[in-house]
Amino acid sequence: MSEQSLLEVQGLKMYFDVSPPLVTRLLNRMPRQVLKAVDGLSFSIERGKTFSLVGESGCGKSTVARAVAGLYKATDGNIIIDGQDLANANGKSKITDISRRMQMIFQSPYASLDPRWRVRDIIAEPIRAFDLANDKRDERRQVEQLLVQVGLSESDGEKYPHEFSGGQRQRISIARALSSKPEFLICDEPTSALDVSVQAQILNLMTELQDELGLTYLFISHDLAVIDHISDWIGVMYLGRVCEITPKAELFSNPRHPYTKLLLETIPDLRGGSHRKPLEGEVPNPITPPSGCTFHPRCPFANERCTREQPVLKEYGPAKVACHAVDEERI
Amino acid sequence: MAVLDISNLCIEFPTRRGVLSAVEDLTLSIEAGEILGIVGESGAGKSLTGNAIVGLLEPPGHVTEGVILLNGRDITHLPESEMRKIRGAQIGVIFQDPLTSLDPLYTIGQQLTQTILTHKKMSNAQAKAWAIELLNEVGIPAPERRFDAFPHEFSGGMRQRVVIALALCCDPCLIIADEPTTALDVSVQAQIIALLKRLSREKGVATMLVTHDMGVIAEAADRVAVIYSGRLAEIGDVRSVIDAPKHPYTKGLMDSIPQIGQNLKILPNIVGAMPRLDARPDGCAFNPRCSKAKFICHQQAAPLIEAGSVGQRAACWVYEGGEKYV
Ligand SMILES: Nc1ncnc2c1ncn2[C@@H]1O[C@H](COP(=O)(O)OP(=O)(O)OP(=O)(O)O)[C@@H](O)[C@H]1O
Ligand SMILES: Nc1ncnc2c1ncn2[C@@H]1O[C@H](COP(=O)(O)OP(=O)(O)OP(=O)(O)O)[C@@H](O)[C@H]1O
Ligand code: SF4
Ligand code: SF4
Ligand SMILES: [Mg+2]
Ligand SMILES: [Mg+2]
Repeated sequence: MSEQSLLEVQGLKMYFDVSPPLVTRLLNRMPRQVLKAVDGLSFSIERGKTFSLVGESGCGKSTVARAVAGLYKATDGNIIIDGQDLANANGKSKITDISRRMQMIFQSPYASLDPRWRVRDIIAEPIRAFDLANDKRDERRQVEQLLVQVGLSESDGEKYPHEFSGGQRQRISIARALSSKPEFLICDEPTSALDVSVQAQILNLMTELQDELGLTYLFISHDLAVIDHISDWIGVMYLGRVCEITPKAELFSNPRHPYTKLLLETIPDLRGGSHRKPLEGEVPNPITPPSGCTFHPRCPFANERCTREQPVLKEYGPAKVACHAVDEERI
Repeated sequence: MAVLDISNLCIEFPTRRGVLSAVEDLTLSIEAGEILGIVGESGAGKSLTGNAIVGLLEPPGHVTEGVILLNGRDITHLPESEMRKIRGAQIGVIFQDPLTSLDPLYTIGQQLTQTILTHKKMSNAQAKAWAIELLNEVGIPAPERRFDAFPHEFSGGMRQRVVIALALCCDPCLIIADEPTTALDVSVQAQIIALLKRLSREKGVATMLVTHDMGVIAEAADRVAVIYSGRLAEIGDVRSVIDAPKHPYTKGLMDSIPQIGQNLKILPNIVGAMPRLDARPDGCAFNPRCSKAKFICHQQAAPLIEAGSVGQRAACWVYEGGEKYV
């Protein structure tokens, strides 16, 4: 593990048992069904940087986020935070320490805030859970400071979530996430439900907070322009695996994996007019993924080897790519 | 004659705390074969406008003023029985969530043939053949085999195609698509947009495409109408509005969209938020956020004024008496 990495994910697997009920299965002689939402995924994030995951719906982005956040118990693999393996963290204090240092922001600012709580209680909850305030007055001071930090006013603490717009609610979620003084934020599509003008405000807030507090982000989005704006490194996912990991600039100027290239062509071009190509076909069913390279049914460069053998990530310059065609220098 | 011609449309909601005027003085039209994009942030009044056209405003919301003409016929206050005929036959409606338009208990074949038979004089066999042709047209592979499948057996993108096929059953002259791609993946989104474009080009369908996604507008629309707080802020040819927006709100909106390769650390953005309907300021609704606001902006909302290229108009006092530098 490199010295600066705050997060190191190694060979992460997250399988879900999606078998029909036992009786149905026995009657129809059906086997168990396993959905491999994440199937052997590795990446690391440097301290103070933003690493983003991008890919089509259902490729497993949120599952990775949840596994890293400890909301799912990984089927296999290691999640190492600041040198500490999440799975081997034993003792209550170690676990509490890790969960304090890592917080998550979700896509829907509606679902993630309890409507019955006042905003100040929502924000104070982690402060109480981790016992981070000396007394009530200190807690109040911290909450007010957080509200101001995310661009709300001190008096907003008295209100309830429904009194705020979508963008303001996302600010509240961010204030709550920051209240335990984390170093690492997992942001799963934090602006996807917001209008573009509000999205710009939230992205700017995230940038400012990163500068101010030295935060590290795992960022998830399906919007490549947002990804380009916010990221330092990008991991492109396809069907539970990473097919390319690259510095931001490389992804857009020198995409290597055939899937990355196709994905870039689907970007709507605002100023240039309309010439994006639809990506043909759909993401295959992850319960019965294609053999070999799972992208082969949609890949223009697929050959016989691709249908048989799963490619592994290899280094090419600053990037890592999992593709036989790249490996064989066919493309 | 335009397929759809709306003039001075006003929609109000009586509430306990007084009347909310949700859409004010909206005027626009769509020609055959044209796609008009409607953009605006959440709550701006996009869906209400679409729903008013097809008579699906939820009470107590209602049209208080204005006229909606479909091929010259006034359909503003038609009774529901009349409106239902128009919805099935002349206007096809596509909503964001395909599941709201599909019945989970019937196969897609049953739903398509049922709709066709209600509106067209055809035998069952003819209706089935027509339904299969439509499924083929919207890009469902092997439509004969998919004909007897239920909605849940389709992916989200495929379901939305079935909804489009349903909307096309009776050769509509107008399609109202309210966020048809918002729930879909970018790649599927591109496929659906390509389909809508083909329909307008090849069949001359007039399309009203409601979305908050400028990328979708840039790609699909011929003209675009920008709505802010229930009023038309700007309307014009899509390239003019995107490349040279005139209304200060449209300008701010365009600047706030991140672009690949732009390399800005901080994105430009409009301070504040769109006012709620019950807290709309006097005059131009954008005035609290506008750096160009002058005295009159606080007194009176601006009418649409010619600005920029031909047919481009902005509801902004800056353009009164000829275009000035904004
Ligand atoms: N709890 C679960 N049980 C069973 N299957 C699941 C579960 N959570 C996710 N999946 C499946 O795992 C796959 C990956 O889902 P995930 O939500 O991680 O995708 P995603 O990349 O975040 O997609 P989106 O862009 O739509 O949010 C999907 O096929 C999904 O149906
Ligand atoms: N039944 C109702 N009673 C009172 N106000 C309503 C009602 N229905 C809609 N509104 C208001 O009318 C305004 C316009 O709503 P509309 O659904 O047209 O917005 P929209 O532009 O489609 O937004 P979105 O992008 O979120 O779909 C909103 O402020 C909404 O709160
Ligand atoms: S390994 Fe083969 S199928 Fe997979 S992306 Fe590379 S060329 Fe295409
Ligand atoms: S009318 Fe006035 S307040 Fe409204 S956008 Fe124009 S300059 Fe700004
Ligand atoms: Mg997700
Ligand atoms: Mg709407």
